[in-house]
Amino acid sequence: MPTVVIPPLMRNLTSGEANITLPGTTIREVIDNLESRHPGMKERLCQEGRLKPGIAIYVNGLLTRGSLLERVDADAEIHFLPAIGGGVSEPSY
Amino acid sequence: MKGASFDEEIEMTENKEYKVVGTRPIRHDGVDKVTGRALYGADFQITGLLHGRVLRSPHAHARILSIDTSRAEALPGVKGVATAADLPDAEDRIADLGEGAVNLKYLCDNIFASDKVLYKGHAVAAVAATNPHIAEEACKLIDVEYEVLPPVLEVRQAMEADAPLLHETLKTTSMGETADEPSNVASHIQHKLGDPEKGFTEAEVIVEREFVTGTVHQGYIEPHNATAHFNQDGHLTIWCSTQGAFTVREQVAEILQYPISKIKVVPMEIGGGFGGKISVYIKPVAALLAKKTGKPVKVLMNRTDVFEGTGPTPASYVRVMMGATKDGKITAAEAYLAFEAGAYPGSPVGPGAMCIFAPYNIENVIIDGYDVVVNKPKTAPYRAPGAPNAAFGSESVLDEIAEKLGIDPLEIRLRNAAKEGDRRADGPIHPRIGFIETVEAAKSHPHYTAPNGKKYHGRGVASGYWFNIGLESSVTINVNADGTINLIEGSTDIGGTRASIAMQAAEVLGIPAESVNPSVVDTNSVGYTAVTGGSRTTYATGYAAYEAAQDVKRKMIERAAKLWEVDESNVQFADGMFSSINGKEEQISFRDLCGRLGETGGPVVGSGTVNPGGAGGAYATHVVDVAVDEETGKVEILRYTAVQDAGKAIHPSYVEGQIQGGAVQGIGWALNEEYIYNEEGTMTNASFLDYRMPTCLDLPMIDAVIVEVPNPGHPYGVRGVGEVPIVPPLPAIANAIYDAIGVRMTELPMSPDRLLKAMGKI
Repeated sequence: MPTVVIPPLMRNLTSGEANITLPGTTIREVIDNLESRHPGMKERLCQEGRLKPGIAIYVNGLLTRGSLLERVDADAEIHFLPAIGGGVSEPSY
Repeated sequence: MKGASFDEEIEMTENKEYKVVGTRPIRHDGVDKVTGRALYGADFQITGLLHGRVLRSPHAHARILSIDTSRAEALPGVKGVATAADLPDAEDRIADLGEGAVNLKYLCDNIFASDKVLYKGHAVAAVAATNPHIAEEACKLIDVEYEVLPPVLEVRQAMEADAPLLHETLKTTSMGETADEPSNVASHIQHKLGDPEKGFTEAEVIVEREFVTGTVHQGYIEPHNATAHFNQDGHLTIWCSTQGAFTVREQVAEILQYPISKIKVVPMEIGGGFGGKISVYIKPVAALLAKKTGKPVKVLMNRTDVFEGTGPTPASYVRVMMGATKDGKITAAEAYLAFEAGAYPGSPVGPGAMCIFAPYNIENVIIDGYDVVVNKPKTAPYRAPGAPNAAFGSESVLDEIAEKLGIDPLEIRLRNAAKEGDRRADGPIHPRIGFIETVEAAKSHPHYTAPNGKKYHGRGVASGYWFNIGLESSVTINVNADGTINLIEGSTDIGGTRASIAMQAAEVLGIPAESVNPSVVDTNSVGYTAVTGGSRTTYATGYAAYEAAQDVKRKMIERAAKLWEVDESNVQFADGMFSSINGKEEQISFRDLCGRLGETGGPVVGSGTVNPGGAGGAYATHVVDVAVDEETGKVEILRYTAVQDAGKAIHPSYVEGQIQGGAVQGIGWALNEEYIYNEEGTMTNASFLDYRMPTCLDLPMIDAVIVEVPNPGHPYGVRGVGEVPIVPPLPAIANAIYDAIGVRMTELPMSPDRLLKAMGKI
């Protein structure tokens, strides 16, 4: 099952737990399952069905586009991190 | 699309012998640029052109009580005036563009102030007139009534509880949680690994220091410019200097609430950007004035406009504590980063926090970062934004630990160096990286082993990290009958990327780089391509060129098979020659087959689009020798060696150019450059006469040393190279100055007056 590394500033919702393993084949499923176990997480991460502005998702060390539809492997390591600037442009096609 | 899937296997061509990659052909745009034929935004002319000029705030912090444009509008020659009232209502909407998600009200208010001006130079109104002089005179006739407010000009002052607020509604966010009370602190981030408290108890030496860095500008030579024109059918065209035509399109579309399908952005040649030409300032203004007047309008900035009205990189306050055992093993590290965002949230404190300890494998780390608004221009990216500020602290402290322990400063870096599989402080695991290789190369370099013992002479070293980015790129290749190809791309060429992208296509097709005609085109003429920034262009757009060339190769194999009446599986391609492998022993060169496209099915066009996730990280280690003049406090750079992992250097000359350019900008940042403000918040050195950037007379030749540890996320192993070379110079020079005079410099710039104070001479 994927492992979510909980950001330090959100560990107040997980009683200090830093690494949580739970089922899910997409980021959305993982967050839904995280919410079931630790209520409040989804509100901190999502807004109107999308990832909240200012938060980025890394899967296995790689920055994703932040889509909740991103598929994740069973052994994936998922990080929710502060989104970074640095000249990075977000697209609209 | 390549790179969209994270488990995709990339076919690495590592260790192969290349014909084009790694060579040094003349850049395709070189002759036009050195002969003055290349066209920049200010060169653009069109019939009926009007000239725009922006009125800027004389105050750093003030409420706008009224704006009366009637006298300006009455001036003969004036054709239109625009203010914030002409922008669509942008209250409280989040837009995904520019540097990520931004509040649209902030974005629009930075184009034209609506209720408050938040920095000296903040745009308030603009005029379009028949010539630039009338436009300038008309600006003086715009009557703006202000209620002047006290400015907040320093990050720690802005964080105080009783500091004047820039935005009455701004509240601190911390990973999705919002505070109750308004504050100038826009956000707080934190990274934590292990148990820092325990790590410090295990340390046998601990060093803690505070650092302050000044506000610094990118210093690109070409000021911002834009010409906008609306066709009768409502289509808007903008000709401009930009690092990303598509991001200009997005930002203008959001600010003006105009469909992207009706906006075409034409990127002219660019005279430098370094991150500062991603945000838009006068492009929406030119478009507004063009809309109002029905004429094309050109708006140009002068140097003062650039300094006062565009984004610098932030001033910052950094506190670093590191602990180590006697054998030099770092047991814990702690950092507190407070970065000035300027007038609106969005400083690069995130990248600073990500990069600060990334060269090292440290078990126990805590990093806190704060994004803080102050009455200065909204910051913009500048070459590895945030990382130099952070490294100035961490690399200075590590140097001090090495000195206290009597360990060579490069040796302590090797003992703690991060490698593949180690975890960064912000969480993710390092992929294959080349930090150790850069330190080893620096350690064995003749510069480092040369004697260095003269009085007031010193040697310093430092390392740096930048994560690099991938993002979207698109390339189209049209095959010509004479064996050449036209390569269409959307990446602004700032540092020779026409060549480095063309070479990757040429390598695939077995043709010389000179047989590729690269063109950087407008947003209607190529697929979506993200900005030239984040050290991504040779990596990602080069990857797209590789894919487009592979597409061409596949199609050309089909044509050869058709020509020889064999199955495609019986055709192979190597070294620019197609051969039949079914016993016929037919052969035809790429060039000759290009001449037979008509009879085998018509034109061949290849395309490649990528969104690669494996940009890989870039590391650099620098060595610098300085001499300090004991009477004047001036620091002279005697010798400078910059070692960097490029993954694979496609065009080594342009990699060396990036390394040298980054090092030089870092030297300027370290020794001379800063915005000097008076108490009212006015920058008092807003010209290149007074804002002291280094020239060739100030510098030795920068010795650029390329290390190649291939990036597994790219077919040729490319890593971005443009940003990391600005990270080490600040601490490397500080460490060299300490070696020379025995004083730790903790405030930038390390200018003569600060040196004299440090030496007790004044």
